[in-house]
Amino acid sequence: MTTESDKIRLEQLSFFYGDFQALNNISLEIRPREIFGLMGPSKSGKSTLLRVLNRMCDLIPEARFTGRVWLDNEDILSPDCDVVNLRRRVGLVLSKPMPLPRSIRENLTLAPRLAGRERQKMEELVETSLKAAQLWEEVKDRLGDSALKLSGGQQQRLCLARTLAMEPEVILLDEPTSGLDPISTAKIEETLFQLKKNYTIILVSNNTKQIARATDRTAFLLMSQIIEIGDTPRVFTVPRDQRTDDYISGRFG
Amino acid sequence: MAWRLHPRITQAVAKTLLWALTGLTLLILIFIIVNISIKGLPQVTLSFLSQVPQDMGRHGGIFSTIVATVYLTLLAIVLASPLGVGTAIYLTEYTKEGWATRIIRFGAECLAGVPSIILGLFGFVLFVMKLGLGWSILSGGLTLAIMVLPIIIRTSEEAIKAVPQEYRQVCYSLGMSQWQTITRIVLPAALPGITTGIMLSVGRSLGETAVLLFTAGAALRTPTSLFDSGRTMAVHFYILAREGISMPNAYGTAAILMISILLINLTAYTLMQRLIKRYS
Repeated sequence: MTTESDKIRLEQLSFFYGDFQALNNISLEIRPREIFGLMGPSKSGKSTLLRVLNRMCDLIPEARFTGRVWLDNEDILSPDCDVVNLRRRVGLVLSKPMPLPRSIRENLTLAPRLAGRERQKMEELVETSLKAAQLWEEVKDRLGDSALKLSGGQQQRLCLARTLAMEPEVILLDEPTSGLDPISTAKIEETLFQLKKNYTIILVSNNTKQIARATDRTAFLLMSQIIEIGDTPRVFTVPRDQRTDDYISGRFG
Repeated sequence: MAWRLHPRITQAVAKTLLWALTGLTLLILIFIIVNISIKGLPQVTLSFLSQVPQDMGRHGGIFSTIVATVYLTLLAIVLASPLGVGTAIYLTEYTKEGWATRIIRFGAECLAGVPSIILGLFGFVLFVMKLGLGWSILSGGLTLAIMVLPIIIRTSEEAIKAVPQEYRQVCYSLGMSQWQTITRIVLPAALPGITTGIMLSVGRSLGETAVLLFTAGAALRTPTSLFDSGRTMAVHFYILAREGISMPNAYGTAAILMISILLINLTAYTLMQRLIKRYS
C-alpha cells in the first residue's frame, strides 16, 4: 500500500529477461509532483526500471518479475491490471525523438482520439499540450506540416507534447536530451520544471550534471541495484556511499 | 610472384564492365519493346480493341480477351490480397519466431516454387473437376490466387518488418492497443511495399498461360459471369501464334499486353510515390 504521500512505490522489485537479471530487489518511493532522478552508468537497469513503471517491459522477450509496484493504490504488476489504461496514465518519452510519420497535429491527436476523447476537444488539446511543451509559438502556423520536418530539439518537444496530450499523471523520460544541443536541452529542462506543478516526473539520465540541475531527489543505480537515494543537493555534496562519490566525480562512468 | 594491376586500372575495367552489362540488359529490353511495337502496333486500332475475335481470331479484335484478362486478374488479386496480407500480419505481429512460423514460411516458399503448369493441373483437378466449377473465370481466378499468394505474403512481410520498431513502441506507450497500432501506423507505413507485392502479382497474372489453359479454358466469347470460360490476352496470343492462325493479330495482342504492363507499372510507381510522401 502507498502512504498518502507516495505516488509510486516499488517493493523489492526484481526483473529478469531470460537468464539476465536487470533489476535486483529495488525498493523506493516517488512522491507526487516531484522530479525524481535516476542516474547510473550504462546497463545499470535505469531504462528497464522505467519500463516496468508503464508495463512496456512486457514487450521484452522472456520478461519475468517478482515484487510489487504500486501506482496510487493499484498494483500495476498484477495480471488484472489494465495495461492500456496504465500507459495512458503513465507516459513515456524515449531518448531518440520519434515523431510518427504524420502531421504535427495528427501526432498529438491520434492517441487521444483512439482513447475516446471528444473530437471537439482536440484543437484545444493540441494548443494546451504544445504550450506546455514550449513548442506552440514555433509551430502554431504549421500544424498541418509533417512532423518529420522539425529539428531534433523540436521533435523531442513534440514527443513530450504528444505524451502530455494523453493527460497522464506521471511522465517518464528516458535520457530525453541525449542527442540534443545545449539550447534544446535547456528548453526541455525548463519545461520539466514548469510541468512539475501538475505532474510527477521521473528522469533517467547518464549525465550527472543534468541530474544535479534538474531533479529534486535522486537514486543512484549501479549494476541492477540501488546504491543510494536522497535529496539531490545532499547526494551530490555529501554522498553516503563511496561508489556514489566515485560516479559523481567521474572516476568511472 | 603475384601479378597485380594498378588499382586505377581495375577500377576502370570494373566500371566499364558494369556499364556494359547494364547496357546489355537495357538493350535486350529495348529490342523486345521495339520488335513487338513494330510488328504489333499497326494492328492496334479502335476496332481491334472493341471487337470480339472472329473466325477463330483471324479477323476481328480482342475485346473478349481484354475483358477476360481484367476479370481473372481482378479475381486473383481480390482473393489473394486479404489472405496474403493477413498472413503476413499474423506472422510478423502476432507470433514469435518459432517452429510454427518457420513451417508456414517454408510452405509459402515451396508454393512459390511450384511450376505454373503443375498449378494449372492442380487447379484443373480440384476446381474444374472435383468442385465441378468447369472451365471458368472462377476456376482460373482461384488458381491464379494460389499462384500469387506467396508473392504477396513475402513482400508484405518484408514491408511490415521494415517499419521501425520504435513506431510500435511509441504507440504502445501512448496507450494504443496492438490492433490500433497495426491498422493506424504499421500498415500505412508498409503500404508502399505491400502495393509493390500486389503489382508484381498483377504482372505475373497477366503473363500466365499454362495455368489458365487448364482452368479458365479458351473460349472466344466475352465472359459475362464467373462461371463462363474465357481466354486472356496471353492465352490468345499463345494460341494464335502456335496454331499459326494469324501472326499479325498475335503481335497486335502482344503489343496491347506490353502496353498494359507498362501502364500498370507506371501507375504503381506513381501510386507508391504518393503513398511514401503521405505516410513518411
